[in-house]
Amino acid sequence: MSEMRYEAPRTLAAAIALLSGANGQASALAGGTDLLIRMRAGSVEPALLVDIKGIPEMTSIVAENGGYRFGAAVPCMELVEHEAFSTAWPGVIDGVKLIGSIQVKGRATVGGNLCNASPAADSVPPLIAAGAVVGIVGPNGRRESPVENVVTGPGKTSLAKGEIVTSFLLPRRPPHSGDAYFRFTPRTEMDIAVVGAGVNLTLDDGGVCRQARVCLGAVAERALLVPEAAAALIGTRVDAAALKRLAAAASAACRPIDDKRGTKEFRIKVAGVMARRAAEMALTRARRKN
Amino acid sequence: MSKHHVTATVNGDVVEFLCETHRSLLDVLRDELNLTGTKEGCGTGDCGACSVTIDGRLTCSCLVLGVEVEGKAIETIEGMAAGAVLHPLQRKFLEHAALQCGICTPGILIAARSLLERNPDPTEEEVRYWLAGNLCRCTGYHKIVDAVLDAAREMRRQ
Ligand SMILES: Cc1cc2nc3c(=O)[nH]c(=O)nc-3n(C[C@H](O)[C@H](O)[C@H](O)COP(=O)(O)OP(=O)(O)OC[C@H]3O[C@@H](n4cnc5c(N)ncnc54)[C@H](O)[C@@H]3O)c2cc1C
Ligand code: FES
Ligand code: FES
Repeated sequence: MSEMRYEAPRTLAAAIALLSGANGQASALAGGTDLLIRMRAGSVEPALLVDIKGIPEMTSIVAENGGYRFGAAVPCMELVEHEAFSTAWPGVIDGVKLIGSIQVKGRATVGGNLCNASPAADSVPPLIAAGAVVGIVGPNGRRESPVENVVTGPGKTSLAKGEIVTSFLLPRRPPHSGDAYFRFTPRTEMDIAVVGAGVNLTLDDGGVCRQARVCLGAVAERALLVPEAAAALIGTRVDAAALKRLAAAASAACRPIDDKRGTKEFRIKVAGVMARRAAEMALTRARRKN
Repeated sequence: MSKHHVTATVNGDVVEFLCETHRSLLDVLRDELNLTGTKEGCGTGDCGACSVTIDGRLTCSCLVLGVEVEGKAIETIEGMAAGAVLHPLQRKFLEHAALQCGICTPGILIAARSLLERNPDPTEEEVRYWLAGNLCRCTGYHKIVDAVLDAAREMRRQ
């Protein structure tokens, strides 16, 4: 392996200067659970690694305007162990909990899960369903983006050279809100999603669904926000008929690949089933919360 | 090739080592520090044989670079027994015959200790989920789970 530089800046400004000033490929290093494996496989050979875990802004979880902002370099286990956050956003935690073993979650970050840009990343559908917004910093300053606009295809993002995702903002939730994420895998742990579905919904005092977002993973080149599936729930009591329409809309939105984990037909069918189960769990959680 | 000079704490002792950027913490532990209790099964985060804790957080040392542990506190299997006195988990693994070839054992012991520090009274299901990242080709897991539950029981009484 050729000579590779490693830097662990303490400020965002220093990290951006390093990433944007490098000649040759520079990579942000968060938990390394994707990057180190790809480096060893020889599929990436960065000339510079910029470890972003020493930057305080990127490693904290804070309440903000009734919602939460967590740093893109917070290890998944810290989010799972954060009781207030887990109670507020159980569906996001459903996704985060599925990222590998306890050991992997001890390092892996949600920022890395998103920026690695795998269509099967487990935290991404529930974050998109949640309406999460990322903070991005780069050589031209700060900007914000809905999570669904970050990944553009397998391994590809809309981040410009030198830009990094710094944080995820989860908005304040109205009363009677619930979210959930389900995935289908042949094994219950340590496997890659064949299909994933995140649903986030809000009921009014009478139990009628007023807002919903539905996002599917692993059924297209990137996580898909499916407004038609959400529309099947809005204005209903999330009864059997609404769930059936949701499942049909979810299946109709899929444009999956065939691979050893599942055929196209299987993925399309299972996407409807996963969306329905996620909606049922989100509903149960919304009813529990006043 | 330029090497990084890294200072960290391993099992309570301050250690210094030199390493190139691409070297894993697992390689550093085994080849530089001669702490060969931590094993390599896969090198890709799948098997858990290389489990250690860094600042109390359970991790696969194969997925960490040596340079990343500057200033951190690492615990490995070598620090588990107090001199000649085995940790209750180690004793229970022997009593329950929870190992055969033993390659997975150091990683499983480190992972199990990390569980019991957070949850002294886990259910069988919680033990199985926590140890899902530790593969064992020999035992079939039942004896491992029994040993962890028995150690937890004993440690709660103390
Ligand atoms: C055994 C094992 C099992 C796994 N199981 C799952 C699973 O079930 N589900 C799942 O979704 N994933 C799984 N993964 C994949 C991986 O753990 C996750 O994708 C993880 O969230 C990646 O985060 P990281 O911090 O380790 O990223 P890194 O490896 O540090 O980075 C990944 C990529 O993102 C870039 N990057 C990281 N942070 C930022 C940032 N803030 N801004 C811009 N770019 C950034 C890096 O430059 C790199 O290109 C598994 C991995 C292993 C090893
Ligand atoms: S050697 Fe690290 S997980 Fe297998
Ligand atoms: S005892 Fe042989 S792998 Fe577990």
